[in-house]
Amino acid sequence: MFGKLTPDAFIHGPVETGAQLIVVVGALVVIGLLFYTKSWGWLYRNWLTSVDHKKIGVMYLVLSFVMLMRGAMDALMMRAQQVVAVGDSAGYLSPDHYSQIFTAHGVIMIFFVAMPFMFGLINLIVPLQIGSRDVAYPFLNSMSLWLTVAGAMLMNLSLVAGEFAAVGWLAYPPLSELQFSPGVGVDYYIWALQIAGVGTLLSGINFLVTIIKMRAPGMWLMRMPIFVWTVLGSMLLVIFAFPILTATLGLLSLDRIFGMHFFTTDLGGSAMMYVNLIWAWGHPEVYILILPAFGIFSEIVPVFSQKKLFGYTSMVVATLLIVILSFVVWVHHFFTMGAGANVNAFFGIMTMVIAIPTGVKVFNWLFTMFRGRIVFATPMLWFMGFLTTFILGGMTGVLMAIPGADFQLHNSLFLVAHFHNMIIGGVLFGFFAGFVYWFPKIFGFTLNERLGKWAFWNWIVGFLLAFIPLYALGLMGMTRRLSQVDPIFQPLLIVAAVGACVIALGMFFQILQLIVSVLQRKKNIAGPDPWPGPAGGGRTLEWATSSPPPHYNFASIPRVHGRDAFWVLKEANGPVKEGKTWPERRSSALEAAHERTHIEMPKYTPVGFIVAGCAFLSGFGIVWHIWWLALLGLVAIAIILIARSFESEIEYTIAV
Amino acid sequence: MHSHCTVSSSILDGSTLEHGIIKGVDFLSVFAVLDPKGAIALAERGLMFHAVLFMLIVAVPVYILLFFFAWRYRTGNTKAAYAPHWEHSKMEELIWWAIPFEIILILGALTWTSTHDLDPRKTLNVNVAPLVIEVVALDWKWLFLYPEENIATVNYVRVPRDKPVRFDITADAPMNSFWIPELGGQIYAMTGMITSLNLIANEVGEFAGKSANYSGEGFAQMKFTAQATSQENFDAWVAEVKTSSSTLSWSEYEMLAEPSVTKEPLYYGSVEPNLYNMIVTKFTGLPVPSH
Repeated sequence: MFGKLTPDAFIHGPVETGAQLIVVVGALVVIGLLFYTKSWGWLYRNWLTSVDHKKIGVMYLVLSFVMLMRGAMDALMMRAQQVVAVGDSAGYLSPDHYSQIFTAHGVIMIFFVAMPFMFGLINLIVPLQIGSRDVAYPFLNSMSLWLTVAGAMLMNLSLVAGEFAAVGWLAYPPLSELQFSPGVGVDYYIWALQIAGVGTLLSGINFLVTIIKMRAPGMWLMRMPIFVWTVLGSMLLVIFAFPILTATLGLLSLDRIFGMHFFTTDLGGSAMMYVNLIWAWGHPEVYILILPAFGIFSEIVPVFSQKKLFGYTSMVVATLLIVILSFVVWVHHFFTMGAGANVNAFFGIMTMVIAIPTGVKVFNWLFTMFRGRIVFATPMLWFMGFLTTFILGGMTGVLMAIPGADFQLHNSLFLVAHFHNMIIGGVLFGFFAGFVYWFPKIFGFTLNERLGKWAFWNWIVGFLLAFIPLYALGLMGMTRRLSQVDPIFQPLLIVAAVGACVIALGMFFQILQLIVSVLQRKKNIAGPDPWPGPAGGGRTLEWATSSPPPHYNFASIPRVHGRDAFWVLKEANGPVKEGKTWPERRSSALEAAHERTHIEMPKYTPVGFIVAGCAFLSGFGIVWHIWWLALLGLVAIAIILIARSFESEIEYTIAV
Repeated sequence: MHSHCTVSSSILDGSTLEHGIIKGVDFLSVFAVLDPKGAIALAERGLMFHAVLFMLIVAVPVYILLFFFAWRYRTGNTKAAYAPHWEHSKMEELIWWAIPFEIILILGALTWTSTHDLDPRKTLNVNVAPLVIEVVALDWKWLFLYPEENIATVNYVRVPRDKPVRFDITADAPMNSFWIPELGGQIYAMTGMITSLNLIANEVGEFAGKSANYSGEGFAQMKFTAQATSQENFDAWVAEVKTSSSTLSWSEYEMLAEPSVTKEPLYYGSVEPNLYNMIVTKFTGLPVPSH
């Protein structure tokens, strides 16, 4: 009846039980609060069934922040373990639990923090920036969100029932095969990622079509904001890369469930094939994340330098070059697997070539600052922090792109330091910058600047303290994923642990900033265009509508007459000069540009949420070999989607 | 350092020179990767130094420009020029497409030549036959077979100084990576396959051997020691190990291959013929070939 699921699955050691209790109590508290405040109806009507891209964006952000807490907790536990588990001391975590934690940390941070953060910002901003009322497929958008949530929930469930994978975040076989990992951990890993991965792929298609088809009249491709360009590139990568992930994990699950031999040690299975396939997805994944971060900075630097972006065309070309090149570098993740010198040298050189368009982007940002009037608000601080750390990470990246050097650096903490350098200093700082920058647009009030600066300084100092020592440890020959370390490494590991605590302090200030800003929201009301500048700093269309925007975004669709579409509208009434006041300029500019028509909007629907719920049950069923449940979930999904396709009344009209 | 190694490569020569300059700096010895005890590790370090040097040509100006622009064009500085509409300049953009391009051209050439010079499977010296050591990554220990000498060790490997060594590496456990930082870079150990790693020790000493790719529960305990000694010392050691009565037979091997952590090194005075081949081919699904 319940497959492999027995009461034993719920019984863990003391440390794991702590995590189990946190999940269970946390869930109960949330459910209790919903009952206590009688909010179920509100939750259902306004959020669970919403197809509004802005609400979906906010929910992505909530998922990302919740999972960031868990991922950060994992990081602190690892840092603590490596400080105490020195020499003969085994530390407070068993090797198996430690492995589950580093696996979970990687999976969470990439799939359930960085990806939802990115899709959150894309959802919130892309339709506004292209002057659209919604995305191309609003219902699909809702389903994508809930599939991602379902994946995350399935993964968190592994804390309560059973265990998580203890194989590293990419689950290299043969370690991830049944022979070496007979438990349900790897199955949780596979199905959490499969479910979330489908959501990601659907989102990729959705936003590609949105950007291609839904732009406001006059917004030619070469008039799109750079953020939209980078999202376009990122979504192209999603569409090409995520099917590879789905297929690869699918083959691994065939091995595990049906005893096939794609990646097993015996009967012709080849782990090398898995390693190639997973990185054929994994490398583009890095650019899926970093490209939108580049786009965010390309929005922020001009606004806070009060100057046009320098080198728009170069930026577009550089973005597209990165998109193409990111598919021909995957071997650099395993130069040490024994490929010949020609193959390794080719992939090494291709990797370095990516430094060219990236370097061009950096120079363009720098020369956007040149002869500007730079305001150091928090988004600009995040940019400064980004560039400072990113150059270092770029250098270590190019260093490791040289196979001869990589042989000595691969799988050491040098590598760990490098990719945290890129993912934190590059991706996360970029998303934080975007979050602070667009927060007033989405919520209608500004974030507390002082606490934001405190958060930034803690993050940057903590980052340097936590990861510079890892570079040094790598050069000392310390390998990654050690649950117990040699005494010679301890001093620098203590420094790294202190750094992790400082980062935690930075996160504390971010939470405090949110709380304080919400409490003071009446005092910090943001206008439609709150950032500094002679007529408001906003240059792109999201600043042309109110903050927060109405659910239909624009009462009438704006006409676009150039790059920096909103800036062009502002200048239509004569050049923007310092000292001129904002309100009359904006209203007159918008009046001139708008036409009023009826507004058609998509109806809210619970189908996306329900489908994801079925996917969750089905995934749980496969993990535990509860086949009737797995089948039931899949059949339900098919029936629901077919039924939905017969529904014709999916839109309603707002009369103007 | 008197290297007898005769690897022919411009990079190797260059870094030998550099080594002489940096030798006096003591603190480097903490950093195993930067404290080479053999020609390969030395060349790999030289490669890193060169590459970083070239990259600094771009990185340093970028850092200077970033902080100079940030300070100079801060909003409070009204004396600085302000050009809000300046958005494009063919000449300037050409320059910063060209600068990284040039650097990557140089690094690309460096990559191409160094990757061929430092190909792990490349024999170090055509005149001297290398000492062949067969390596098996097990859960969670390293097995070393000396086919010529017909001895075997676990978690300990000894090589003569200044003699090219070829490690033929396989696994009978999840994928691992074989790494002796002071002698040179790593290579993966995989079931059913043999990867080769040519290294040389040019100084005597004990060097930490690492498992670099996560392989399960006992991973943190899976370490070995690599020791380089004089040839005479090595020969004496081989003779001593040969006196050991324990034989590594197939059944003995199967016991050894069971997942476990081995703290102390083990020594076998003789090895069942063809054992290494049997380990490599056991994954074909065919019956294990008998000798």
